[in-house]
Amino acid sequence: MADKVRNTASEALDGVLRDGMTIMAGGFGLCGIPENLIAAIHEAGTKNLTVISNNCGVDGFGLGILLGGAQIKKMISSYVGENKLFEQLYLAGELELEFNPQGTLAERIRAGGAGIPAFFTKTGVGTLVAEGKEVREFDGERYVMERGLKADLSIIKAWKGDAEGNLVYRKTARNFNPMMATAGAVTVAEIEQLVPVGTLDKDEIHTPGIYVDRIFQGATFEKRIEQLTTRPRAEKEAV
Amino acid sequence: MAWTRNDMAARAAKELQDGFYVNLGIGIPTLVANYIPEGVSVTLQSENGMLGMGPFPYEGEADPDLINAGKQTITELASSSYFSSADSFAMIRGGHINLSILGGMQVAQNGDLANWMVPGKMVKGMGGAMDLVAGVRRVVVVMEHSEKSGAPKLVKRCSLPLTGAGVVDLLITDLAVFEIDGGGVRLTELASGVALEEVRAKTEADFAVAL
Repeated sequence: MADKVRNTASEALDGVLRDGMTIMAGGFGLCGIPENLIAAIHEAGTKNLTVISNNCGVDGFGLGILLGGAQIKKMISSYVGENKLFEQLYLAGELELEFNPQGTLAERIRAGGAGIPAFFTKTGVGTLVAEGKEVREFDGERYVMERGLKADLSIIKAWKGDAEGNLVYRKTARNFNPMMATAGAVTVAEIEQLVPVGTLDKDEIHTPGIYVDRIFQGATFEKRIEQLTTRPRAEKEAV
Repeated sequence: MAWTRNDMAARAAKELQDGFYVNLGIGIPTLVANYIPEGVSVTLQSENGMLGMGPFPYEGEADPDLINAGKQTITELASSSYFSSADSFAMIRGGHINLSILGGMQVAQNGDLANWMVPGKMVKGMGGAMDLVAGVRRVVVVMEHSEKSGAPKLVKRCSLPLTGAGVVDLLITDLAVFEIDGGGVRLTELASGVALEEVRAKTEADFAVAL
């Protein structure tokens, strides 16, 4: 068996990065993002990237650091509202942007990884999203054709993984990671805990190892919180 | 007296039925969770991949791996489940969610909704709104009746880019409640102390009165 395990993010990306490539990056907001791999791409200085990710991080963290390094040429996202630098670069014409409805983005990636070149959805019919795309009627309702999406490289984040590349995600940090794992020509996974093969419950593996080419345990996970919302302790007694 | 944001949320909560799976948008719709009627049990879906959203965590107990679609830290319930974004939108697009409550910029008399983009301003993106209005069985919009400028938001035809065409089933504003279907718009309730004349004066869309 090919050895998939690497020691660091830069080792895991060795020989994979090139200018102008398309990268899928998992995560929703800052939740479940491959922060070690993003930092390594920043360090490598790879340029003219097309990045497919639901969001684009925040200023100075997540994919935001690749914007800071002027490494991204184009973003394919559903929502980018949390990032001032993004806005500046976009308004200055230095960044291309393609908005996809979130569910369409998720399904395009799922389809890309599953060998489905296109599909029809009712999301976006009659809106700007459908412009220039084939619209077809099925059973009396109109649907718009969307294309499957693939990438040269998928960078994803999981909670636990093993040397086979089997992955388990944690809570809402799963989000786009499982589909992106299937849609990259090369998929690199960073995990919080590398566990011995055989210790993950085989019935509870979210991403089977076939989709993962390289895997490493991240050095540190900052796991920054975007909107910390809590309720006061006093309520606890009241309940 | 027009309804406050909380009044509007409380009115929207009356649309919840026992056993419903519900997706609440950001802003006033989020407040609806505070007004779930007694004896009604609903399951809240968060489109980033969770069914059974719990309340905000206690101070010091926030988990960065557990957020809602507004990126706020939340908690899980005994009944919660997690899934991928593709599964989440399969639920939404596939018509498995009973009710979506979301905000609006404009609603037209044919049920069109605009709530994601103002031309000439920085566009943040539509997120999951287009999928929700296209796929969820019943779509309720909660918004102020007029712009700050006084311009009407319930209009004959949306001037802003659409989020969905012919998707709105019920509109709740600070002045009134409107049902919308193939037959047009029907005003069914007035906010307490609001006169029909005021609603007429502040509405561009044609509507029937069915109080």
